[in-house]
Amino acid sequence: MRFPAKTRALAAPLAALALAAGLLAQQPSKPPAPRAAPTPAPATATAPAPHAAPQPARFVAVLDAAHGGDDAGAQLDGSTAEKTVTLALSVRLRSLLAARGVPVVTTREDNSTLDSDARAQTANHASAAACLSLHATESGTGIHIFTSSLMPAPPQRFLAWKTAQSAWVSRSLRLAAVVNSALQQSRQADSGDASAIPIALARTPLPGIDSMTCPAIAIEISPLRDANRKVTTEVTDPAYQSQILQALAAALLTWRTDWQTGAHQP
Amino acid sequence: MIPRYQKVLFFLLLVVSIAMTVILVRLREQAHERLLRGEDIAPTSAPAVADAEQATLVVANDADGTLSSQLVSLPLPKDDGARARALLEKLLEFYSSPQSSHPLSAAERPVAQVFLLPINDPKTDAPQSDSTSRGQIRDTHAAPAQLAVVNLTSAFADGHPSGIQTEMLTVLSICATLHVNLPAITQVRFLVDGAERKNLAGHADLTRTYLTAEAVAIPAASTPAPSNGAIQ
Repeated sequence: MRFPAKTRALAAPLAALALAAGLLAQQPSKPPAPRAAPTPAPATATAPAPHAAPQPARFVAVLDAAHGGDDAGAQLDGSTAEKTVTLALSVRLRSLLAARGVPVVTTREDNSTLDSDARAQTANHASAAACLSLHATESGTGIHIFTSSLMPAPPQRFLAWKTAQSAWVSRSLRLAAVVNSALQQSRQADSGDASAIPIALARTPLPGIDSMTCPAIAIEISPLRDANRKVTTEVTDPAYQSQILQALAAALLTWRTDWQTGAHQP
Repeated sequence: MIPRYQKVLFFLLLVVSIAMTVILVRLREQAHERLLRGEDIAPTSAPAVADAEQATLVVANDADGTLSSQLVSLPLPKDDGARARALLEKLLEFYSSPQSSHPLSAAERPVAQVFLLPINDPKTDAPQSDSTSRGQIRDTHAAPAQLAVVNLTSAFADGHPSGIQTEMLTVLSICATLHVNLPAITQVRFLVDGAERKNLAGHADLTRTYLTAEAVAIPAASTPAPSNGAIQ
């Protein structure tokens, strides 16, 4: 069978195109590009909505050691600065998570000064699946878990920098519940005493977290006190810190499972 | 020969000089008499003060992170701004006690001023006061919504304990105390020594306007965690 000369001339390029298409079809698909995260622009600037882009390809946790540099935070145990304790907690928790295969991004690794915008920028650029801001105080007792007081808002194409968290508040509340549950189980497993570590949940304006486009909570560690409000366990107590960090690591592993199964979706 | 007009002017000046001398001597005598009567003008009776009234302080508790109401009786001025300041002074004096449920360092004068400014937004009109539960509250049915600008002193702010919960409870208890006693106050802003300050002691945001309804609607600002991990 003979084809016209015109058809024979087109056959070679067509065959090359078909071969190239076949090779491309066998290539493994690339992971989706990370989300466009908002940058700490002036208050009037806007940020892309988290729902405008595909979900991150992998689970990344961001650990934010509060204060640092010129900002020492609270004075704990008479002489220890809050910035020192939060940095130590961040480093230890990062090690615990890394040992369990959880990628971690920290906002600071040394005694550097960071403002709330820089912390939110780190979390947003990391496309974090969870962000824990670690604090410590001499006031109160037990663990205080805070989420942003912003009202949940439907996803929009653009979000204001100072209220970017509003589209993520529901998921932040869910993350707080997971952390609370892990801390509850931790105290029951370790001491068997139902009143071992008082845990309080609250919502409050938090300038750094309010700008984050990820599930984000602040965890404030306070000393343990007896009925007469006398301190029985300081924040700097290694065993106390270890119990809390183990619980936080377990909570993030649970959260990762939920994340991978899509349970984090609103 | 002295001109006539110079003679007239001379006698006129002489009369004025004599009159001024008489007045000066008389004033000196009066000052001396006042000095001699000094002990007589010393106060012999207490000045009249406002009657003691019942007021509600919304007091924070660090142990469980809650706010609770406490009735107190204290003399309050009639002016709303001075009244608000007196209430806050009483609240913060309450916190300065070592036995307080929300201990703060004692500052000699924690609140410099409280300014009340009208809010023009019709959406934030003052709520109707509940006469059944707040008999002591002044009738402000027709009062327009107000913004309270609380000017704290740096002595108080610098001495405040650092922590998310303790700072949040201080701010919320101030907002709730103002609103419960002066329902027209629906928004509160904070200054420190007359200037805007980023935060109270490292955490509580003082650059934003706080809605008093948020503090009053949820008396327990933070709640002990339920064992099942649920959160509202």
